[in-house]
Amino acid sequence: MSLANTQQNTSVPATKGQPNRWRLGDRAILNLFIWPTLILLIAFNFFPLFYSLFLAFTKFSAIRNTAPVWIWLQNFQDILQDKNMWGHFATSGRYVLMSVGLETLIGFALAMFVRQKFRGSGVITTLILVPMMLSPVVVGLFWKVPMYDPSFGYFNYLIGFNHPASGPDMLASTFARESVSGLALWAVVIAEIWMWTPFVMLLVLSGLNAIPDYLYEAAAIDRASSWFQFWRITLPQVAPLLLIAVLFRTIEAFKSFDLVMGMTGGGPGDQTELIAVTLYKKAFLGSWQTGYSSALAYIILIIIIAVSNVYVKYLNQIKGEA
Amino acid sequence: MARFEETGPRLPVTESIRVDKVRPSSRLFGKLRAALVLILSLILLIPVYVMISTSIKVYNDVVAVPPKITFQPTLQGFVFLLTERAVLTKAQLEELTKNPGELDLPGQVALEAGQQVTGPSDFAFNLKNSLIIAGASTVLSVILGLFAAYAFSRFDVPGKNDLLFFILSTRMLPAVVVTIPLFLMYRALDLHDTYLGMIMLYTVFNLSFSVWLLKGFIDEIPREYEEAALVDGYSRLQAFFKVVLPQAVTGIAATTVFCLIFAWNEYAFALMLTSENARTAPPSIATMLGRGVVEWQAIAAGSVLFLIPVVIITFALRKYLLRGVTFGAIRQ
Repeated sequence: MSLANTQQNTSVPATKGQPNRWRLGDRAILNLFIWPTLILLIAFNFFPLFYSLFLAFTKFSAIRNTAPVWIWLQNFQDILQDKNMWGHFATSGRYVLMSVGLETLIGFALAMFVRQKFRGSGVITTLILVPMMLSPVVVGLFWKVPMYDPSFGYFNYLIGFNHPASGPDMLASTFARESVSGLALWAVVIAEIWMWTPFVMLLVLSGLNAIPDYLYEAAAIDRASSWFQFWRITLPQVAPLLLIAVLFRTIEAFKSFDLVMGMTGGGPGDQTELIAVTLYKKAFLGSWQTGYSSALAYIILIIIIAVSNVYVKYLNQIKGEA
Repeated sequence: MARFEETGPRLPVTESIRVDKVRPSSRLFGKLRAALVLILSLILLIPVYVMISTSIKVYNDVVAVPPKITFQPTLQGFVFLLTERAVLTKAQLEELTKNPGELDLPGQVALEAGQQVTGPSDFAFNLKNSLIIAGASTVLSVILGLFAAYAFSRFDVPGKNDLLFFILSTRMLPAVVVTIPLFLMYRALDLHDTYLGMIMLYTVFNLSFSVWLLKGFIDEIPREYEEAALVDGYSRLQAFFKVVLPQAVTGIAATTVFCLIFAWNEYAFALMLTSENARTAPPSIATMLGRGVVEWQAIAAGSVLFLIPVVIITFALRKYLLRGVTFGAIRQ
């Protein structure tokens, strides 16, 4: 390619009239490439977004035949004054921190481990991805009964308790019939981590594989320690893809309800009641408070936007440096 | 990295750093690492083993205490999954047990549980729906995402960062709330319970992810390649198809797998927006819970059948998925 470059260099000044044509072509291609995506996204998001924003200011239930009643900020006021609601937000925060934090750590470590190839590493790496390919509903079901069930589940046997009365019942948050708070939250976090660590691993692995060898060669010639290589080459080079993985996991973990709904339904008490679970219950169980749940969804949306903004700023900053 | 000439090696080079001269200790370390990875992945796969073994157990073995490691494998789960059955009365049971020769294999398996096959279940149909909907939406979202990602990566799009954030933000609103307006919209547009509606929905659902992921990969491809091609007289489109696309294969494969997994496993929208014609497999697996005794072996069989296509595709693409983007000759 460099050969072609030097050959053409002489003829570049001769094609002076061309840049104009190229720019026009680029503009057309730009529109052709971007608009289908944007139109599709706008078409499918415009109505749902604004209709649910409208509903957030009304009293409305989707299963009743009455029209929405405009009640201004009443829904938001109710939510923000509800002490339980703040507790559910805090539970969600803990859930996201615990699961995304551990997923990142374990995923990164796994990626570093399988980075250098050995016999069968390709197959093993692909096998590690299997949990990610399952449906959250299925994962919830299987962790709930065949894994966590206190009498015939595998989990207690694997960690060394072979009698229900002396072992933990993870989903009921009890240990030897004594209630231990936090156990149920850990139970769902473990399932979440089990399912999504492979995702982080895969993205980090792509990032690791994209690091050009010459960086390490140069570092080896410089006699840089492997610690130094990790901090100054590996981490900065992987950072953009790692951040994208963490960003998507954070958004998804904050919104996820199917896994927890399938395993505990928010219980025992409200120990695993994530805000997304509350949202699901308000929207589709009991009296279907559509207006109220729309308001709650917008509060969740605002939090997610704020958090992702921080990530994206940081991502751009890293990319600017790299 | 041009700083090498300025600084030079910090210490004199006294030993070989040739890659082929690996010291024994590091070779041992490599073996240990491989063993560690193997053990870790085996631990990770325990729940998958539980799922697969449950699918070939009879019900009594599923709920046995303690969990049975060795058991008589059976097709009961798969038969229960794929058929509708009726419980036989005692007289019918005796009569059928006398001459079971006329029964086909599913019939015999059902007979052992005291039941009679009355017809096929919907599961095969749901699985076919899943294949069509997830397949079409994956192809669409990767193609559209690739074009958009290329444009965002290479051109000066006005308001680029805002647009990218808008694209990302479409994924932020909790699905639970969008479903009700979407349900009303789909009913008005006659898209409810149709392939087209679900394909479009999953395409939109995956687009933000595919644009962001592919943009990351395309950003990594040096512009110099295309510029060289443009100078050589390629048009922009030719440069895109002949130079950028081959370089982006890794990214495309990874994005395809992710989009497929998301669309394949999606549950909330499918539950709300489909009923008979376009119902996909995840809601149908979940509804098996609501029928009296929970037939775990049938649920497990459904999950295993449902897992197989994704595993096959991921294995087929694993070379691309795990391979690096090994260019960099003219990076920066």
